[in-house]
Amino acid sequence: MTGSLLTGLALILLLAAGIGLALGAARRRWPENTDPLVAQIDALLPQTQCAQCSYPGCKPYAQAIANDQAPINRCPPGGEATIAALAALLGREPQALAEDLPQPGALLAIIDESRCIGCALCLPACPVDAIVGGHGFSHTVIAEQCTGCELCLPPCPVDCIDLLPVKVPVLTPPQRPLPLSASG
Amino acid sequence: MIKGIEHTLGQRLWHFPGGVKLRHHKNMSIGDTIADAPVPNELLLPLDQSIGSPGAAAVAVGDAVEKYQRLTGDFDALGAHLHAPTSGTITALEETPSGLRLTLTADGRDAGNSLPGLDQWREQSAEALRQRIFEAGVVGLGGALFPTHEKLKDPDRVRVLIINGAECEPYISCDEMVMRCWPQALLEGTQILAAMVGAEQCLIAIEDQMGEVEAMLNQAAIDMDCPDVRIVKVPTIYPEGGENQLIQVLTGLEVPAECYPQEIGIVMQNVATAVACRDAVIDGKPLISRVITVTGHGVEKPANFHVRVGTPLSELVSLAGGYCPDASRLVVGGPMMGQAKADDGAPTTKGTNCVLVLSETDTHQAHPQLPCIRCGDCQRVCPAQLMPQLLMCHIENGDLQGAANLHLSDCIECGCCSYVCPSQIPLVDYYRYGKHELAVKHQQAAAADSAKVRFNAHERRLEAQERARQSALADSQANLAQADPSQALAAILARKKGAVNPGGDTES
Repeated sequence: MTGSLLTGLALILLLAAGIGLALGAARRRWPENTDPLVAQIDALLPQTQCAQCSYPGCKPYAQAIANDQAPINRCPPGGEATIAALAALLGREPQALAEDLPQPGALLAIIDESRCIGCALCLPACPVDAIVGGHGFSHTVIAEQCTGCELCLPPCPVDCIDLLPVKVPVLTPPQRPLPLSASG
Repeated sequence: MIKGIEHTLGQRLWHFPGGVKLRHHKNMSIGDTIADAPVPNELLLPLDQSIGSPGAAAVAVGDAVEKYQRLTGDFDALGAHLHAPTSGTITALEETPSGLRLTLTADGRDAGNSLPGLDQWREQSAEALRQRIFEAGVVGLGGALFPTHEKLKDPDRVRVLIINGAECEPYISCDEMVMRCWPQALLEGTQILAAMVGAEQCLIAIEDQMGEVEAMLNQAAIDMDCPDVRIVKVPTIYPEGGENQLIQVLTGLEVPAECYPQEIGIVMQNVATAVACRDAVIDGKPLISRVITVTGHGVEKPANFHVRVGTPLSELVSLAGGYCPDASRLVVGGPMMGQAKADDGAPTTKGTNCVLVLSETDTHQAHPQLPCIRCGDCQRVCPAQLMPQLLMCHIENGDLQGAANLHLSDCIECGCCSYVCPSQIPLVDYYRYGKHELAVKHQQAAAADSAKVRFNAHERRLEAQERARQSALADSQANLAQADPSQALAAILARKKGAVNPGGDTES
């Protein structure tokens, strides 16, 4: 009787030790270096890295939201859709975009090459490396990679960068049919 | 999977799930001949006439162009060339809702050089023939605009060629007229395509309501001595003519989701595409015209016309005798899948198979849209075996991911669900909207991912630069601390002396 009890106990202890070792090894093998909540929030942000939220990029803003240090309505490029997604993720009420921020609207930087002096000051300012050029050569913006963050404007000494609204596709996209209550 | 096609195709027919029986209304536009439509004074040519992204224009405003001259430059894999349908001058290149569009003002000569004809095509390699079809800008004329040369790639896998003459959509008769009027050209095209892909079996599928077409094609096959091309009649059930549905009827095989039929050893081409391939190879003619049905109870004299690409819809309607007084809706394509147009100034493209004018009786709605009653009729008729009512619920409630999980992308937009819905819910409109929104979301997510990658690289680079700067600073400070102050002063003075600029304007 006592023998079988001891055997059972030993087996359980052995099992617990084995699982503990395996988990410990797994943790060393695949270290958990990111807070999953921060990663989830970061995935919902538009990754324009525009810093309009007053944080230096999307990831730091995500960190601040996760730590409850920042409201969820400070991302102009994401607009309402991002706020709604964040609210759903965090179980908070959706809010309107903070009023001190510019209202959303996709922008695209264009360099006036006749005025550009090739100073290369905008190159490090672009958070997503969307400007190409070298010292003494005219610069240009890779349109597909520009996120319209406006961070290239302040360093330009000759004010040759303009931000223009992105040309929306002129083809009318298929519309969602009106819900029955709205159509009468 | 190709194992499934060991038997002789056409001896046994299968069924595809769902589908509806429709009144076909085809006889009103079927005649004895296909009339050549006159070349209009002004042709409108959208550059986007294939499923790939369009190439840049190879001509500029003011250029004189010859008939058959190429108008487009380079494009991506699924693009196709566009050629001048007649000779004349390019008078405009403008941005329109559907992309860039050229305006070609005809000079009336209608002259130009085609490519050299390959009469002895049997002696050419498959690759040379494929190159010719590519140069001629041939795309799938059934309406999908898939570049034909892409379908004919890697022929090693292909064992069956099916020429699709099962034109299932009501009212449209252009494919039937091609088979009636040009059976020899169709068979030549079929032989060329079969030789190119090395098909073991070659079928022309027609619908069982097409009457004498079968006898005409069989007679032509006997005349031309090509016994290896078989004519197979399939039952008339909409959407029988859809690529995947017709394959299922003829072979019993289902084309896997997001796959092309080539992957199960089958190539399917529309009858008009086969004729276009024949013209490109034997006559050297690029694709500049096609047969279009102008029909419906809203036009006076429905008929089929051989039309240059770029002819405005209004010209076609006036060729068919003009609008009837009770005409109420202009549709490009058939009644099930076509798109209603607000005005008739739009041009025909390579994909336009029908211009349909419906009368008030046709478009009259028995009652307004009502709520979904969960009757399940839409699910019974869906040929893709989807759950249309659930898809609609998800999309209506903004849950696009839910709709995607129910395989929204497999919807072929055939319109059977909307057709049978007793509540008259425009179900397909929901799916088109949902597919569009998902595509936009997908694009945005891809852009955000790539921006994130570049941002991280940027940050790492700036950090590395900062570290390098700090260590250089530390080094120079260490050197300075070790150096003899008087020597250092002398070195600085010497450097200053050397750097004196006679102009003296070194402000910065």
